[in-house]
Amino acid sequence: MSHNTTDHHRLRLVVRYTVLSLIALIFIFPLIFMLVSSLKPDHQLLADTASLRAFLPVGEISLANYYGAFERAPILLFMMNSLLVTAVTVVLSLFFCSLAGFSFVYLNWRGKGVVFSIILATLIVPFETIAIPMLLMVSKLPWIGLDGLTWGWLNSYRVQVVPFIADGLTIFLFTQYFKDLPRELIEAARVEGSSWWQVYWRIVMPLSGPIIATAAILKFLVMYNQYLWPIMVTQQEQYRPVLVGLQYFFQLNTAWGEVMAYLTLITLPVLAFYLVLQRAFIASIASTGVKG
Amino acid sequence: MQKNASTLTQHNRSGWLFALPGFGLMMLFIVVPFVFAIVFSMTNQRLISPNPTQFVGLENYQQLLSVNILVLEPVITATGERKQDADGNLSYPRIRTYTRNNPDYAHLQGMKEWFTWQWQDKKVAILASDPVFMKAVVNTFLFVLVVAPLQGALALALALLINQRLKGINVYRAIYFMPVVVSIVVVSILWRFIYDGQNGLLNNLLHTVSLGHLAPVDWLGNPDTALGSIMAMSIWQAIGFHMVIWLSGLQTISPTLYEAAKIEGASSWQTFRYVTWPGLKNTAVLVLIVITMQAFALFAQIDVMTSGGPLDSTQTIVFQAVERGYGKQDISGGSAISVVLFVMVLSISLLQRYFTREKK
Repeated sequence: MSHNTTDHHRLRLVVRYTVLSLIALIFIFPLIFMLVSSLKPDHQLLADTASLRAFLPVGEISLANYYGAFERAPILLFMMNSLLVTAVTVVLSLFFCSLAGFSFVYLNWRGKGVVFSIILATLIVPFETIAIPMLLMVSKLPWIGLDGLTWGWLNSYRVQVVPFIADGLTIFLFTQYFKDLPRELIEAARVEGSSWWQVYWRIVMPLSGPIIATAAILKFLVMYNQYLWPIMVTQQEQYRPVLVGLQYFFQLNTAWGEVMAYLTLITLPVLAFYLVLQRAFIASIASTGVKG
Repeated sequence: MQKNASTLTQHNRSGWLFALPGFGLMMLFIVVPFVFAIVFSMTNQRLISPNPTQFVGLENYQQLLSVNILVLEPVITATGERKQDADGNLSYPRIRTYTRNNPDYAHLQGMKEWFTWQWQDKKVAILASDPVFMKAVVNTFLFVLVVAPLQGALALALALLINQRLKGINVYRAIYFMPVVVSIVVVSILWRFIYDGQNGLLNNLLHTVSLGHLAPVDWLGNPDTALGSIMAMSIWQAIGFHMVIWLSGLQTISPTLYEAAKIEGASSWQTFRYVTWPGLKNTAVLVLIVITMQAFALFAQIDVMTSGGPLDSTQTIVFQAVERGYGKQDISGGSAISVVLFVMVLSISLLQRYFTREKK
């Protein structure tokens, strides 16, 4: 009898793992296809799609497509641009949004309610709907840089960074987190004569590791995967990020192996980052679900 | 004493100082462009134009949204009979005889056929000033109506599946989530391979599974399947995101409720129906709102996979806004579309809020 129940139990486990694994295949097969195809010459890549070989590194395997991709486009430049723009935006965003969140939670000031409502309202404005007026606007904005006062932000890093520093979601996440921090700590510091800046920098921010990671990850995903805006604002190669670089690979006779190599190259940093920080990634999405 | 208390609680200067950088940037880069969009939508602004910009009122909106019905009677021949073609079909006057320089039908001037159907012996035509935009609106709503419930439900099913205690379950969770972190542009290019009409992975799979009985389909090249294919891919890509939100909702439900249900001898369906689902109300609202907003912003997949084709079967509102405003440099037209989209998103989120409040 007991032998029978363990058999039954085992069968159920097998069924469960089979179901989970089949679903896993559905989610992962395009990525395997991408990686495997990037190692194959074009003629084999296309022929292999007719069979399971599409997912196996068999046949003429080489890194030739990667060499080809590096010749076709200044990949290192695009990569550096993407990482620079993403990193700078994430850091500035964390700073300015947490500062605003701090102000909303701990400070009382006239107009706070209205300002906070406006910020929440921006959450329902899809970026694409303001992209065109914004394009016109940034093309005429002034900027004080190394060469003095200049007009027009197109073809620059600033046009890819500054408009995305502050966003409603990041501010909202910080306010939600700050609300739950123990008030006594802040009050004690104030009684001891700390300035608000010291409270923010010495007490609140050091306690905010989890939310900083969350906000950083969400912002990183948004910025690294930007598509429409960089196409609009970077006509010069010098400032282009990786996704705009894709244009170099779609020509009359698209070399699919090279496309796959490039896709792999631009996806690997994100995937590597994700696999290392997997828990933090998933926690960051989960915390967007925190009810406000 | 009173003065002291007020200095303790009022921090006008520090408050503004801390909030201003973030708030100022958001005003400059969200609110101001949004106001510009509204203003441009009432002018004839173009990116490069020799003529000065003029205020045109609601003309752009009229151009976008005008719809009219035209009922066509069969053509009567000189002998008083209905004219028929070789197959015995009734023939009708051409629509363009009404919409081009016809003083009797001045209100139809410049309109084009959106769709027609047969009603008894008459032909009813729905005309629109901008049939492509109309198709974009229909496609967008179709996309939202299919993707929002399907993606929400499948994500919940995955969350329930992943929420069990099994060795190595975290590995599966990580894999299901993986497409979320990959750029939608990369994903779209990969799925173009999967959907390809000749060497596509999907066709090859179907061919094998059906032992050669299913003929290959050009998934993205066929107006009947293109939008559905993009829906399927979009659901696949973002499902992990919503799975995680559901999962965090599931974990807020108290285990004692499950124990109670177990003691009462509830079946797994009853447990879901009376314990799990009520506990997920707030999460459900959030997931639905997030999915709806994302679905309305559908753009990158279209741009990479179909550019709105074939035969406008995958046009969407945002794609039209970008194509008009950026591609054709018609800033005012693109802005008007943006404003229309915003009004739609706003009304839907207000509606959702209203309905979810009712139930509380």
